[in-house]
Amino acid sequence: MTAVAEAPAAVGAVKSFTVTIKIRRFNPEVSPDPTWQEFQVEAHATDRVLDALHKIKWEQDGSLTFRRSCAHGVCGSDAMRINGRNRLACKTLLKDVNPDKPITVEPIKALPVLKDLVVDMEPFFASYREIMPFLITSGNEPTRERLQSAEERARFDDTTKCILCAACTSSCPVFWTDGQYFGPAAIVNAHRFIFDSRDEGGQQRLDILNDKEGVWRCRTTFNCTEACPRGIQVTKAIAEVKQAMIRRAF
Amino acid sequence: MPDRPGGTLYRGREGMWSWVAQRVTGVLIFFFLLVHVLDTAVINVSPEAYNAIIGTYRHWIMGLGEAGLVAAVVIHAFNGVRLILVDFWAKGAKYQRVMLYIALALFVVVMAGFLPRHLMNTFGGH
Repeated sequence: MTAVAEAPAAVGAVKSFTVTIKIRRFNPEVSPDPTWQEFQVEAHATDRVLDALHKIKWEQDGSLTFRRSCAHGVCGSDAMRINGRNRLACKTLLKDVNPDKPITVEPIKALPVLKDLVVDMEPFFASYREIMPFLITSGNEPTRERLQSAEERARFDDTTKCILCAACTSSCPVFWTDGQYFGPAAIVNAHRFIFDSRDEGGQQRLDILNDKEGVWRCRTTFNCTEACPRGIQVTKAIAEVKQAMIRRAF
Repeated sequence: MPDRPGGTLYRGREGMWSWVAQRVTGVLIFFFLLVHVLDTAVINVSPEAYNAIIGTYRHWIMGLGEAGLVAAVVIHAFNGVRLILVDFWAKGAKYQRVMLYIALALFVVVMAGFLPRHLMNTFGGH
């Protein structure tokens, strides 16, 4: 038998396919009701959902509205509901969300939709501000760095990864029905300081989150953990804050 | 996909659906307890009235209802233990999915012991 070399693919001839993107459109200036609109996009296996949205906006319908900044999973602008689940459009490859069927793209739930995929993030950031996401200390400023051991740093490493994209908070069934709930993202960012050995505002933050709209609203559905594009163990972080509250009570 | 005003159903995983099941079984158990307190309170009216009401539990429809009630209580109880562990056991969040499947397995075992005997009582005469 003789070996038959496969003909090398010509440069630039990457296999492409056509994918249907079904987008939930909403424009309050045109109609008070949202509608679904389908677009056909020519895509490659290496394309992300964000690339498909760009193609639609640049080549088919310039009125399509969505947020994105860095487009590389760091800025947290493009959280949206893709095939029923919260994800970052810039971190989701089309080939991973079954491009054989129409891919549905909707705005994240529970935050007011302003237009198409853009939601009003203000209620989300208001909760974030409430937990005081900054270092609180007392006494004189040290002349050098505030030191901590590698173990102390590792204690809250997971929750430093948050990019405030709201994928977790808007995946939470409690937050869908109770917009007053602080939500996973605010608790994650409180966790980041509560367990920081350099910070002295832990008790204040625990007081804030001991509210009836605080950590005890969490029903451990793990939707937030599944949705987090940074892989933060969100539900675990919330449970750790709950445990810290129990521990300080005794 | 129909044009639902709230968008499509969120595709949560085991955690979300076990939470839905916990809510549904909790509400069912609450309504049963409400009725059960009322039917037991009829003893204050007269023993005959009480017997008449409790006697209706022998009907096969009530028998099936009781099977459903036991199923709801058992799954609610086992999953409830899982939820307590998720909150207060340091490794609870890590093993939440495993614990759910353990709860479901225990549910199947308990129901396998209960259902045949109960259904024999319900449909087999006395």
